[in-house]
Amino acid sequence: MSEATASKIPVTVLTGYLGAGKTTLLNRILSENHGKKYAVIVNEFGEIGIDNDLIIGADEEVFEMNNGCICCTVRGDLVRIMDGLMKRKGKFDAIIVETTGLADPAPVAQTFFVDEDVQKNARLDAVVTVADAKWLSDRLKDAPEAKNQIAFADVIVLNKTDLVTKAELAEVEARIRAINPYAKLHRTERCSVALADVLDRGAFDLDRILDIEPDFLNADDHDHDHDHHGHDHHHHDHGHGLKHYHDEDMQSLSLKTDKPLDPDVFMPWLQNLVQVEGGKILRSKGILAFHDDDDRYVFQGVHMMLEGNHQRKWKDGEPRQSRLVFIGRELPEELIRTGFESCIVS
Amino acid sequence: MKEFTPAPDSASIVSVTDRVKPVTLGMGVTSAHFLGPRVAFAGAEEKVAFVDAKGEITSVAVHSGGILSTDSDGKRLIMGGDDGKVVSLDAKGEVTLLATDPKRRWIDAVALHPDGAYAWSAGKTATVKSGKTEEKSLDVPSTVGGLAFAPKGLRLAIAHYNGATLWFPNMEGSAEFLPWAGSHLGVTFSPDNKFLVTSMHESALHGWRLADNRHMRMTGYPGRVRSMSWSAGGKGLATSGADTVIIWPFASKDGPMGKEPAMLAPLQARVAVVACHPKNDILACGYSDGTVLMVRLEDGAEILVRRNGTPPVAAIAWNAKGTLLAFADENGDGGLLEL
Repeated sequence: MSEATASKIPVTVLTGYLGAGKTTLLNRILSENHGKKYAVIVNEFGEIGIDNDLIIGADEEVFEMNNGCICCTVRGDLVRIMDGLMKRKGKFDAIIVETTGLADPAPVAQTFFVDEDVQKNARLDAVVTVADAKWLSDRLKDAPEAKNQIAFADVIVLNKTDLVTKAELAEVEARIRAINPYAKLHRTERCSVALADVLDRGAFDLDRILDIEPDFLNADDHDHDHDHHGHDHHHHDHGHGLKHYHDEDMQSLSLKTDKPLDPDVFMPWLQNLVQVEGGKILRSKGILAFHDDDDRYVFQGVHMMLEGNHQRKWKDGEPRQSRLVFIGRELPEELIRTGFESCIVS
Repeated sequence: MKEFTPAPDSASIVSVTDRVKPVTLGMGVTSAHFLGPRVAFAGAEEKVAFVDAKGEITSVAVHSGGILSTDSDGKRLIMGGDDGKVVSLDAKGEVTLLATDPKRRWIDAVALHPDGAYAWSAGKTATVKSGKTEEKSLDVPSTVGGLAFAPKGLRLAIAHYNGATLWFPNMEGSAEFLPWAGSHLGVTFSPDNKFLVTSMHESALHGWRLADNRHMRMTGYPGRVRSMSWSAGGKGLATSGADTVIIWPFASKDGPMGKEPAMLAPLQARVAVVACHPKNDILACGYSDGTVLMVRLEDGAEILVRRNGTPPVAAIAWNAKGTLLAFADENGDGGLLEL
């Protein structure tokens, strides 16, 4: 992590549909003995049973930036609150922003991309989504907000796993993975997740976009006890105890090539893609190997906003592979694939 | 760059740095206001530090948390805090609690009227208290960004999302909405009461001519405008937000419509705060690199008050006579200059 990044206050965005257990997690973060002090921006006062003068009520006021980009919305209240909180710098170590159950996480994230003052003092750490194992599958069918929150997440706390059967759990996980295979997923009861798995993740830190493989391919927490779910056999099993689903409108798209990319073609293509299709693209990330360039280039984006930088030299023996990931709604897969192909140096 | 670099066309710059009495406050500072003979530096939290002409510091506890907003009429300083309190401080150092938000919400904005009335906002609600009359409140559509009293009459301007609202608190149903898309954070009336100007979340100002609500767009800033100051007689509005002081012309009846602003005192740093001299056509400005300059509006001639190489200047103010200039940076290192 660079020095500038390290001195900025980390901000964790806590989302989740109504009743999933956000407040439970928040209370745990605030009451656990970790020696850190959190400023908490909540949408409803009074739900938190902890006395803390750094709990601030927010109104989730979203406004459109006057830059002609319709999906470029920011949380104005957050800009104001961050400004006020900075007067008490040194009194807290990190900030947690709790959103309402119906909120779209994008305006919160975008606030950290576009607001100069917010950016100077704070950095977005991760979007953590608490999901209810019992009801999420239903909500994914009827509540677009719930789907957005899953799609946007860096960390998913799949809560209330004690209230479902193993089959139901496998079902809901498969539905989550159909939308977002990249988030770290933790199964919990009463949100009892290790706080280190939720806080200080650096999910938006360009230097830590190292691994954009799907979580279930390399995570060590997935189900190994294949012996016990013989009752699952009639489902199409994907080799990891996961059923395979295809979500009708929210997908992820992963692109890969071992051939170098032409930066003069790729950069305008990516810029144009997010300009035109940014409304559909919720999150994007990439590690890129450019032609005649010994440095890895990394980028990430939220809707139309992108940030990227040369990260470090490719290591000896490290495969110079470019990888891109998009998560979004009704992604124009063919268009993106063809566009990407055309950026490869022939 | 550690050394001050004069503009290429000036052989050297006049400096009065040796005449500045240094002030070390030892706290974060956000604004400065003269109260009688002393300057009151509002801290980022909890305290206000008075500094007299000799440089002696007396600090006063005013809030039990962050100080979010301040306004002064030269006789007293009113402040809103994240402790939900509206507090006033007079020149003698006496603190009076004016109001407490029942839900302990942040007091985001305050304003003081020359006749003693005051206003504050918490969330979407602006409240005015004038003399012995009851408090009057108005809810606007979104959180209040800024408040300002009109120079004449008891009229309050409230900046919020998508415009500003003008309100006569003593007249039922008098709220008038001036629309303009975007988030409006600061607001000020021209001293002649003819124009209303807001500073926006995006890097721009917006203005309305109050006679006919005609719009004035003032754009082109690289950064957000956080400091605005009317020049003597209200002929111009000096603003921060660029690497020069931007001064919009307001002397004519059309204000800045169709006109270019004056751009003075260019440096390789962002102007952070501006304060126009109360009587003469001079302004003082502080930059993001710690530089403080005095600038003559007529020809842009500059006098160096403080060298660069420190945190951004956070506060700057003249006394009412214009004989004393006070400033401080974000860390509370500042100075007093007697002219």
